[in-house]
Amino acid sequence: MSAVGSFSSHPPTRLSFKLNGEPVEILVDTYKTLLEVLREDLGLTGTKHGCELGECGACAVLLDGRPILSCLMLAAECEAVEVRTVEGLADGACLHPVQEAFADLGAAQCGYCTPGMLVSACALLEKNANPTRAEIREALSGVLCRCTGYLQIFEAVEAAGRKLAAGLPEKTGKTP
Amino acid sequence: MSRPLSGMKVVGKPRRRVDARAKVTGQTRFADDLVLPRMLHCKLLRSPHPHARIRRIDARAALSMPGVKLVLTGADLPIPYGILPVSQDEHALCLSRVRFVGDPVAAVVAVDEITAFEALDEIQVDYEVLPTIADPLEALATPEPKIQPYGEGNVHKKVALEFGDVDAAMAGADHVFEDIFFYQGNTHLAIEQHAAVGAVDPDGKLTLWSSTQTPHYVHRALARVLQIPAAHIRVIAMPNGGGFGGKSDPFNHEIVVAKAALVLGRPVKTCLNREEVFYCHRGRHPVTMKLKTGVKSDGSIVAMDLQTLLDGGAYGSYGVASTFYTGALQTVTYQVPRYRFRGCRTFTNKPPCGPKRGHGTPQPRFAQEIQLDKIAAVLRLDPARLRQSQLAKPHSLTANYMRLGTISLSECIDRVVEGSDWKNRYGKLPFGHGIGIACSSYLCGAGLPIYWNTLPHSGVQLQLDRSGRVTAFCGAAEIGQGSDDVLANLVAEVLGVDPFDIRLVTGDTDLGPVDLGSYSSRVTLMMGHAAIQAAERARDLIAQAVSAKLEVPVARLVFADRRVFDAQDPARGVSFAEAVQVGEAMHGTLGTTGSYRPPESAAKYKGGGVGPSPAYSYSACVVEVQVQPETGWVEVEKVWIAHDIGRALNPVLARGQVEGSIYMALGEALMEEMDYRRLPRHLSAALVHKFPSMLEYKSPTTLEMPEVITYLVEDPDDAGPYGAKEVGQGPLLPVMPALANALYDAVGIRVDEVPITPEKILRALGDRTAHRCGPKSFPFIEWPEPLRVPPPWEGGDGKAQNEGPRRRREGAIVAPDVAQPGLSPHPSTPEGRREKSDETSPAPELPEVLR
Ligand code: FES
Ligand code: FES
Repeated sequence: MSAVGSFSSHPPTRLSFKLNGEPVEILVDTYKTLLEVLREDLGLTGTKHGCELGECGACAVLLDGRPILSCLMLAAECEAVEVRTVEGLADGACLHPVQEAFADLGAAQCGYCTPGMLVSACALLEKNANPTRAEIREALSGVLCRCTGYLQIFEAVEAAGRKLAAGLPEKTGKTP
Repeated sequence: MSRPLSGMKVVGKPRRRVDARAKVTGQTRFADDLVLPRMLHCKLLRSPHPHARIRRIDARAALSMPGVKLVLTGADLPIPYGILPVSQDEHALCLSRVRFVGDPVAAVVAVDEITAFEALDEIQVDYEVLPTIADPLEALATPEPKIQPYGEGNVHKKVALEFGDVDAAMAGADHVFEDIFFYQGNTHLAIEQHAAVGAVDPDGKLTLWSSTQTPHYVHRALARVLQIPAAHIRVIAMPNGGGFGGKSDPFNHEIVVAKAALVLGRPVKTCLNREEVFYCHRGRHPVTMKLKTGVKSDGSIVAMDLQTLLDGGAYGSYGVASTFYTGALQTVTYQVPRYRFRGCRTFTNKPPCGPKRGHGTPQPRFAQEIQLDKIAAVLRLDPARLRQSQLAKPHSLTANYMRLGTISLSECIDRVVEGSDWKNRYGKLPFGHGIGIACSSYLCGAGLPIYWNTLPHSGVQLQLDRSGRVTAFCGAAEIGQGSDDVLANLVAEVLGVDPFDIRLVTGDTDLGPVDLGSYSSRVTLMMGHAAIQAAERARDLIAQAVSAKLEVPVARLVFADRRVFDAQDPARGVSFAEAVQVGEAMHGTLGTTGSYRPPESAAKYKGGGVGPSPAYSYSACVVEVQVQPETGWVEVEKVWIAHDIGRALNPVLARGQVEGSIYMALGEALMEEMDYRRLPRHLSAALVHKFPSMLEYKSPTTLEMPEVITYLVEDPDDAGPYGAKEVGQGPLLPVMPALANALYDAVGIRVDEVPITPEKILRALGDRTAHRCGPKSFPFIEWPEPLRVPPPWEGGDGKAQNEGPRRRREGAIVAPDVAQPGLSPHPSTPEGRREKSDETSPAPELPEVLR
């Protein structure tokens, strides 16, 4: 038997939105969060989860340029929005300056909070390429990192901001 | 293994770690990122009771749900396991009894996660609720009902050791200080929730992918419980999204998905939710401590007497080792001529405690460093100088036979004293503002493996081919700490190539030589030695061939910049790829191995297996706080830390480990706690976790992290690879006591327990006589007669005087108790290696299971 009111018994719904610049059209289960649809239905496992209750920030993605917790958002609410995930930060093989700085400056240890940190940092730097330490703390305060103690993350955001502010080409193409 | 440190190309240079690109692009594959065709999903049904007998499990409704493929219960996995050979007390699913809220009772496997989840509700379990034990005091006072069938009542383990006549030394001391401390338990809170996937390979063998720090130990547990030859099981440790000790036991869910995959012939995955992660726990033990120290009037220690009482939770886990660790490293920081340690671990109906960053040592370190501060205050000595004046001696044996190597703690203290302007600020800041100091030390890898054997603790294998490719294979698990980077770093240094040139295959029990795992800060040192040995062997083979080709003596060849050339005529040389080609032509296919086993310990007494290490790291820390006396609110303004790292192989990562330790320490010091409460009696007498969520379990965010000034003090230790010592755990240890000592400087109070909450600060401020908040008494414990081991300077030889002859428990090294199909039965483990469990022999009364 199936439980009365079972989540899984509702029919799926059609959803179209823009994901990392590309149009997506899929059928999604109505009970599924954006996080689940990204990771499970669309195979973009770059976005992480540490609680699925809105507590850790690991699942942050950009929705129309603003960081949101994808575990708290139903996918069905995402009709016609633009979603950007960690997979959409680099330009092909060329890393975004924030990614470069995170990689060089020790801002990713285990890397599990990193996608959430990166998209939150990008959202901040897109508004303000020269944030103060306090503004960086504020902007990243919803994402928990258990490894770094945050300081190298702050430094990476500052370094990336400097690069962006100096008007260097947004993609440096540095490898690996 | 000393070698010239100048001219190094890779070691010591700040570099992007080799796996950084994968991490910043979201391409690092963690266990829950794995998806296999036809994969099923598993969920565990966990006990709602802290202590109960399982009478009946009715799985009929769940099994009849569309999409449900399997329900497993304890009877399907009856063989017990556990990380330590002396505590084989866990079952993948409880057989007949649950011992804490969250103990797993059944597993559902279904086509998708939501179906499995919904099916959990359809399993009816009939429990007979049993009385619960909430804390060590209750455990000491309540021998029945026993939570575990072994131990004395609800006491899991008591240990007692005495190095020299402590009472006599105390009697001769100018002052004796006695203090009681409490260190609350807390948890790892790795952001990644544990996940595992089990699958049957096309040839019928088993593979398990898991977020584990210890694939080798999981491998052993699977062989044991599933009764499959170890060689037919492959465990792959996926990169961990943080470990900190929380993924170093073999876990229920790992065994369950492996079993389910075997039964169903399809891949089976599980990912724990955050609440379940809190129940897996194995975190910091809550410890009550009584520390008595005798000193001369100049503050020098003449004897130390420590008692510890640990709240172990419901299972053994690493608990016996944890208990010894609450005493073993008290002697390696300062000179302690005589020392007595007595420790007791109790069982309670709570999630099991185990190793968390610093394993067993932050608690007594907290006690010792605060007491030193009190001693300094009473004797009117400067706390920094009091420490400086009695540091342990480099290259010496301690009272309990720990063999020390290099010690740069004196320089560490100098650095933080200078950096913080200690001399002009300690005792001189306005009320509410203060600074405090503390020091510590930690091991660089446990000297003994978890199960007795004489095999290497770490192995590295290299394979090279004519393309210039170098692949390094090692069983070590990358948990975020950067072990892959250490491996590439060292191999690249020896072979003169770039770390990014090296391919790495790590954490895979099928492909790499055994490494015992990412725990006890052992990987850099042990894997590091193995990597250097393997790389040097490869270099020697290649050098021989290049020497013949270039007609340059081997001794003159240099491996650097992806070339092999003549030191006297650098233009004369070949590319690295060419060098490998001539090597392959001369020797055939090129492959080498390296391995490492720590030196023999000097501690020959029972219990002396915990504490010995090839080297010890040291740290000194100053914390500056601002306290609001009206509210008790503490703001940590700044932290200075100096860490004696021997050599920083990659300073970017080393600094990250130090700062991550400070962060985690501040969480423990100020807010983190695993706390439990009884539900109101009229509802149930259940003992439940107060905060099984990240929102309620407070941990520091970006807003709480203070400025940190990190000094890496480099004094290479011959016992480490290129002189390197550990950095992942040691820097956590001095932070909590330094913060507590800063509170004293700021407002004149002592908070002798963590977490130091505003409420406790107010309580101490309100205590007009003692100006203190902390435990008032240490319970009476009937200690066994201590093993008496005279210290080295009293003619001791590392053995106990009153210990009978000991039998070394030789056991099946690879996989105990495995019947190999078609082969004669594997010799079973000798009696006594395992604690008896009522659930194995004699067979317990199993619940009725309806399917
Ligand atoms: S998964 Fe933790 S906030 Fe979304
Ligand atoms: S790098 Fe591990 S959680 Fe942030």
